Amino acid sequence: MSLSVRLQHDLPDLELDFSFDAPPGVTVLFGRSGSGKTTVVNAVAGLLRPKVGRVAVNDWELFDTEKNLWLPPHRRRLGYIFQEGRLFPHLTVRQNLSYGRWFAPKRARLEHPDKVIEMLGVGHLLDRRPAGLSGGEKQRVAIGRALLASPRLILADEPLAALDDARKAEILPYFERLRDEVSVPILYVTHSAAEVARLATSVVALQDGKVVRHGPASEVLADPSVAPAGVRAVGAVLKVRVREHHPDGLTELDAGGSRLFLPRIAHQVGEELRIRIPAQEVILSSKRPEGLSALNVLEGTVDTIRAGDGPGAIVSVQTPAGPVLARVTRRSVEALELKTGKPCFAVIKTVALAPQDVGGRLIAP
Amino acid sequence: MEWLGPAELEALKLSLRVSFWATLVTLPFGIFVAYALARWRFPGRQLLNGLVHLPLILPPVVTGYLLLLTFGIQGPLGKLLAEFGIIVAFRWTGAALAAGIMAFPLMVRAIRLSIEAVDPKLEQAGATLGASRPFVFATVTLPMILPGVVAGAILAFAKAMGEFGATITFVSNIPGQTQTLPSAVYAFLQVPGGEGAATRLVVVSIIVAMGALLLSEYVGRRAAARVSGL
Repeated sequence: MSLSVRLQHDLPDLELDFSFDAPPGVTVLFGRSGSGKTTVVNAVAGLLRPKVGRVAVNDWELFDTEKNLWLPPHRRRLGYIFQEGRLFPHLTVRQNLSYGRWFAPKRARLEHPDKVIEMLGVGHLLDRRPAGLSGGEKQRVAIGRALLASPRLILADEPLAALDDARKAEILPYFERLRDEVSVPILYVTHSAAEVARLATSVVALQDGKVVRHGPASEVLADPSVAPAGVRAVGAVLKVRVREHHPDGLTELDAGGSRLFLPRIAHQVGEELRIRIPAQEVILSSKRPEGLSALNVLEGTVDTIRAGDGPGAIVSVQTPAGPVLARVTRRSVEALELKTGKPCFAVIKTVALAPQDVGGRLIAP
Repeated sequence: MEWLGPAELEALKLSLRVSFWATLVTLPFGIFVAYALARWRFPGRQLLNGLVHLPLILPPVVTGYLLLLTFGIQGPLGKLLAEFGIIVAFRWTGAALAAGIMAFPLMVRAIRLSIEAVDPKLEQAGATLGASRPFVFATVTLPMILPGVVAGAILAFAKAMGEFGATITFVSNIPGQTQTLPSAVYAFLQVPGGEGAATRLVVVSIIVAMGALLLSEYVGRRAAARVSGL
């Protein structure tokens, strides 16, 4: 276990009480605002002192209220990436980047800070000041500043929430590279299902200060009963491989033998990806559909049907590509006579597969 | 400066010396007290705030008399300091002490405002990057409040240059020793035919005050531009 968190704390309108042990890689804290995510991160960072608890990174204890152990924030060796960047306005980009590096123990300092600067593409900004940078540039510098502190744990508190969609798409790949190229565990807070699907090694779903679900992204995102960001966030995560880029602007993916098309993506042929398919973009059909504009049709059998109090239901369909989720009405479930084991077809609109739902390769399971 | 007589020039020089030292010595205390008032919550905070502001609202002559009671030869602190060979009563150092205390509230107010304008989140960011509290203060807070510190110091200097009531009560009006610029103006106005000298000193006073104000504006703007990151 690379990250072990146990916390009890009372906030004015929230009682936090939970614990989780996370494997190496990216642990995503997933929940709507007010669920206590930021409190958790601030407790791990030492910016907030919880009533009871213990946090350890690879058996290195940051605090343990039972042992009366409390490391102050500056001795925790963290790289905290804040939502608003929090770059030092009076320092240049170069000085911001080297701030944490300066305080890191000498033997822990990265030998080649240039590599980080190059990876984040901020080399041309070094002599500028933060006020002159765009939102995306600021956040790249903030990531670099955290990395260059040679942290033992990287914390990211909704690092993309303040950015528009284009900037989000610009920054997300850097977090994927962090996950795949840097061996430091990452605790990442978000309320975006797309970010969870792309980044998470494991997901801790929070609701009202409690852990409601903990597991791989594909499991947590598929469970409508915990969907922290509402039913719209429910979706399946599929592992795919890029098969071919077609001249008409589409990219063909191989999903466990089935073909999936989506608008052209930048990834190389042969690259392994994972994509999130939002349940509300999937249509079910009991017969093989004909004369339909949608290009993606996956054949499978109904696995489970979860109906809530509302008119909707989430149907999980087992396909060669993996389980696909569809959000349909209960009326449709009855009309199609859907039940466990019944063969059916899942239809996915090509353009419904948004670029922010397509992520780079995943190392951990 | 040839149009100033020797006594007038002496008063100007003394005032500059008194104000310079009063500002320099109180500045670290001013920053500390401003930081404590802006950032810390402790019992007695309001009391400290009141004490700091006392010289601003008390009649200067009362402050001067209290200084005399405390730091005079017979005063408790005055006796203690005398043991170490330090005597402030009726010396220029006493004038500096009076000026420093009278200017202190203005200095603290200016610095405190600038500290309150610094987002504590930036200081937190510094801490998470490995900087201990003193380092965070030196590398984040202090550079960012520099405009306020400079403005506070210049304001305090100008106030010290003009301090009269507490000074004359505490250290009297001894030419060459404790006769600062305002004391000299007062003294010249007490003797027949002193109006000329007094007027010249008034002109000097106005020049120094305006100069300090303009300098403070200029330095403040420069520093603010630097700190805001443009």
